[in-house]
Amino acid sequence: MKHIQTLNGATLKASAAKGGCGECQTSCQSACKTSCTVANQKCENNK
Amino acid sequence: MVHTFTALGQYLAADVNSGAVHVLDKLSYELLSLVEGPMGETLPDALAAKLPQYDRADLAEAWEELRGLQENGLLFTTDEYIDPEAAMALPRSAVVKALCLHVSHDCNLRCRYCFASTGDFGTGHRMTMDFETAKKAIDWVVAKSGKRRNIEVDFFGGEPLMAMDTVKKTVEYARSLEKEHDKVFRFTITTNGILLSDENIEYINREMSNVVLSLDGRQGVNDHMRPTVNGKGSYDVIVPKFQKLVQGRGTKDYYVRGTFTRENLDFAEDVKHMAALGFRHVSVEPASGPLDDPFAIKAEDLPRVEAEYEKLARELMGRKDVNFFHFNVDLAQGPCVIKRLRGCGAGCEYVAITPDGDIYPCHQFVGKEEYCMGNVFDGSFDMDISSKFADQNVYTRPACRECWARFYCSGGCSASNLLVNGNISQSNEVACEMERKRLECAIALNAISAGMGELPAADHSGCEECEGCH
Repeated sequence: MKHIQTLNGATLKASAAKGGCGECQTSCQSACKTSCTVANQKCENNK
Repeated sequence: MVHTFTALGQYLAADVNSGAVHVLDKLSYELLSLVEGPMGETLPDALAAKLPQYDRADLAEAWEELRGLQENGLLFTTDEYIDPEAAMALPRSAVVKALCLHVSHDCNLRCRYCFASTGDFGTGHRMTMDFETAKKAIDWVVAKSGKRRNIEVDFFGGEPLMAMDTVKKTVEYARSLEKEHDKVFRFTITTNGILLSDENIEYINREMSNVVLSLDGRQGVNDHMRPTVNGKGSYDVIVPKFQKLVQGRGTKDYYVRGTFTRENLDFAEDVKHMAALGFRHVSVEPASGPLDDPFAIKAEDLPRVEAEYEKLARELMGRKDVNFFHFNVDLAQGPCVIKRLRGCGAGCEYVAITPDGDIYPCHQFVGKEEYCMGNVFDGSFDMDISSKFADQNVYTRPACRECWARFYCSGGCSASNLLVNGNISQSNEVACEMERKRLECAIALNAISAGMGELPAADHSGCEECEGCH
């Protein structure tokens, strides 16, 4: 494409099918203790 | 929903529901910013008329490309994860898998912005947790975690190193339960560093999967906000200890974490300072508090704060030696959308336990008696309170429903909402705005590191060495 480059595909949608195991880290425990960013957490199944 | 934005000189579009992110040229960015999807087959004349500076054939070409993305489920996708009605009925059973264990309600610093009232959480009663209480807490979380295998325990305070004996006994006890109950404990500790002896450093590096080291950055900033009980600065005491700990840490996780307040809105300088001290994994967080808090970031500070985040992102562009917590967004391999619906899990998956064994939705609710959920000694756990928290998700929080960042931040902080709005469901817009800006910077950094888009022009603002070059 001349005008657009795709940096990331529809990964969120794909994750809906296999997600929800609940084994990943609780986001507030990692560093912030005050503010949320969940997108920077690791998926336990992608290690 | 599609969010178009610019950051670090990049033209970007995030398709909220699919998670797709696109790097655009200026023409396609301006075109897409005017489109309310779904897109039809041909470029509408009225739309082309709004962009007279561009050749119509070029606009039609960009339209075709955007249409292609839409056809492939990468633009203007619909939200099919869950309908808002069903969101209210998400499972409420409290499977608790993470503890913030307040082993100390005492502290050897007197930080001016402390949400825990310098350690005692407003109780006027300084104390540490004894092992019997910690043991009960571990037994309680093993029972409450059901089939979840991974259990996290963060040793928190106050200052947890003031209760190191309890920390060590608790770790040993929890480990002794792992095999029998098929659990894996992951321990973390958040410390101000004052009591980091060589022995404590060795212990933490061996037993803790993550350690959060509190430092606010430049010496003047840190010492002003984080004095000792005697009013002296803490920087000279803690920095060498933190450096020693990090040198012995190997590949294990750590974060050197600071708080910025209204008094150091130039916090990018603090991040740079921490990096210069040799700390790779760095986080600085905005001070939070009620509207009358003198340190908490206010709406009028936002333009300055957002500019500072952008400045920080430019500074960190291409640097491999610094990992800034909030710019570290893995677009492709992050958590699943199910996780992203509900965020931190406070009050349901995650709770805080005080030295008395009282249970609260999270560390920030400790001391607010109306939020006390129970106690580990009698096993009580208030499901009404827990359900209230379990109901919080990006569909039930009104502001999240309309927000492009909902699947990146997953709903914000209930405690922050309560402090500012008196209601755990009503989003703290100041915090939200900062979060959105951090995410925009993070996505732009992703684009740049992938070699996409055009590199931003150098930022010469404030430069006094090259007068006339800009």
